[in-house]
Amino acid sequence: MDILTDIKLIWPELCIALSAMSLLMIGAFKGDNSTKTITWMSICVMGIACLLVILGPETPSLAFNNLFVVDQFSNYSKVLILIGATLTLIFALPFNLREGIPQFEFPILLLFAVLGMMMMVSANDLIALYLGIELQSLSLYVLAAIRRDSIKSAEAGLKYFVLGALSSGILLYGMTMVYGFSGATGFNELELAFSDGVANNQLIGVTVGVIFILCALAFKVSAVPFHMWTPDVYEGAPTPITAFFSIAPKIAAMLLLARVLLEPFGGLFVQWQQVICFIAIASMTFGAFAAINQTNIKRLMAYSSIGHMGFVLVGLAAGTLAGLQAVLLYLTVYLFMNVGTFACILAMKRDDRMVEEINQLAGYSRTNPRMTIALTIFMFSMAGIPPLAGFFGKYFVFKAAIDAELYTLTVIGLLASVVSAFYYLRIVKLMYFDEAMDEFDKSIGKEISLITVGMSIVTAFFIIILWPVLDNAAIAASSIFL
Amino acid sequence: MLDIGLSHYLIVAAILFTLGVFGIFLNRKNVIIILMSIELMLLSVNINLVSFSAFLNDLVGQVFAMFVLTVAAAEAAIGLAILVIYFRNRGSISVEDVNMMKG
Repeated sequence: MDILTDIKLIWPELCIALSAMSLLMIGAFKGDNSTKTITWMSICVMGIACLLVILGPETPSLAFNNLFVVDQFSNYSKVLILIGATLTLIFALPFNLREGIPQFEFPILLLFAVLGMMMMVSANDLIALYLGIELQSLSLYVLAAIRRDSIKSAEAGLKYFVLGALSSGILLYGMTMVYGFSGATGFNELELAFSDGVANNQLIGVTVGVIFILCALAFKVSAVPFHMWTPDVYEGAPTPITAFFSIAPKIAAMLLLARVLLEPFGGLFVQWQQVICFIAIASMTFGAFAAINQTNIKRLMAYSSIGHMGFVLVGLAAGTLAGLQAVLLYLTVYLFMNVGTFACILAMKRDDRMVEEINQLAGYSRTNPRMTIALTIFMFSMAGIPPLAGFFGKYFVFKAAIDAELYTLTVIGLLASVVSAFYYLRIVKLMYFDEAMDEFDKSIGKEISLITVGMSIVTAFFIIILWPVLDNAAIAASSIFL
Repeated sequence: MLDIGLSHYLIVAAILFTLGVFGIFLNRKNVIIILMSIELMLLSVNINLVSFSAFLNDLVGQVFAMFVLTVAAAEAAIGLAILVIYFRNRGSISVEDVNMMKG
């Protein structure tokens, strides 16, 4: 394999890596007053990378001695990641300038995290997977603690770092077991080795390894029982970072988990299906019940994202083509809903200060009726009320689970969805029917209002783009099941 | 004479790994000890990798160990940097004081 053909396959990654490094140089020479320029340039770079991904090869191709794979699945994932990161960066800029986070490193760290995520979803070898995860995690630890004068932000960074490093250790230990007992690290070799069952003398070692890897990846998608870092990190980190945490890394880790389970470990389906069913049930019910008592909206969103990850895992537990297609659809919907909700949260200001308490939202409809309509759409969508986007995500996930005869899982999932509707609807009730508190700020900035309007239109009329999205998801999913 | 085989290396690595995990959860004193425990976990993984690599006559494990060493260095650097920021704000690095947010 010629090096030039390899490089052609990694154009998007190369574009992000080189521009992140050159932007870092510009920032180092010009200092913090270049933050605005660097942020807009980063946004352009991600847009260009997104175009390069879309224009990339149609057929699955391997590069760099099979360490790296480019197929429809990785392309779909990369587009989701890049859209999520670009939108968060756009609404992060006014927040950062206002709240005094002037560091030019902010967009650059975000670019490196995105690069790590793109490597994760394109990994075709355990080593490449590990390096991708670490590149992403190390950037995210710093981003969580980027507000250097805030004790909460520093504590969020510290907690995220310690638990993230623990999960990397567990991941590595699992990988060594898989490597030792099967003699390979490449996904293709592993798939071949496990395709017709595992020999008895290998079974224990390999199963232990797979379970360890699963636990570590469950950590990254914050599925119960590995969720304990999520609420604290979400609360402590600056709000745009929280938005970013809840979108791009979740999508990347979930799609990585899907590829790892279905491609190299597809032959061990019996072993991992039970585990995925268990963590799906635990995440859905815990996400629904624990969120009821929350008073801070960022913590609420943390529990809500734990719940959503549970629903996504239901599709993965089916282990079928339809299941993977539903996972991709759900993550797409989740991206739009979450970007919109966080844009609304960023718009909640009183006397130029962020409002994070849910009770403070009382009577929001009187100050800012348009924002209230948008937030209502997102809350209804997250609860899964029919014509909105969230409904289709849940519908296809549960349909795949029923087709795979996972009836208990489906029933528990539907019940959890009903419970979680309570706290989404509580916010709507507070905004419309409760006694108004002091007025909120009217000016919310054009970036945020633009994103809110766009996302609420997409969420409300998702049915129009449902079929194209489903078709693309089907093509992406089928590249895993070759 | 006792032959030292693969399983002995694996047992040592497993013990070190467990010590690392316990070091993170049982330690109530100091965040630095958590950083040391994380290093211990990563190094035990390296013992695993190198011994498997020697046993399987396959170089991939040793290459992997090199990558793990590199990443472990970066991880320690970032961990210490975050710890310094935390200490500046809080004035303490005791694990019991990491309690501004309850989860």
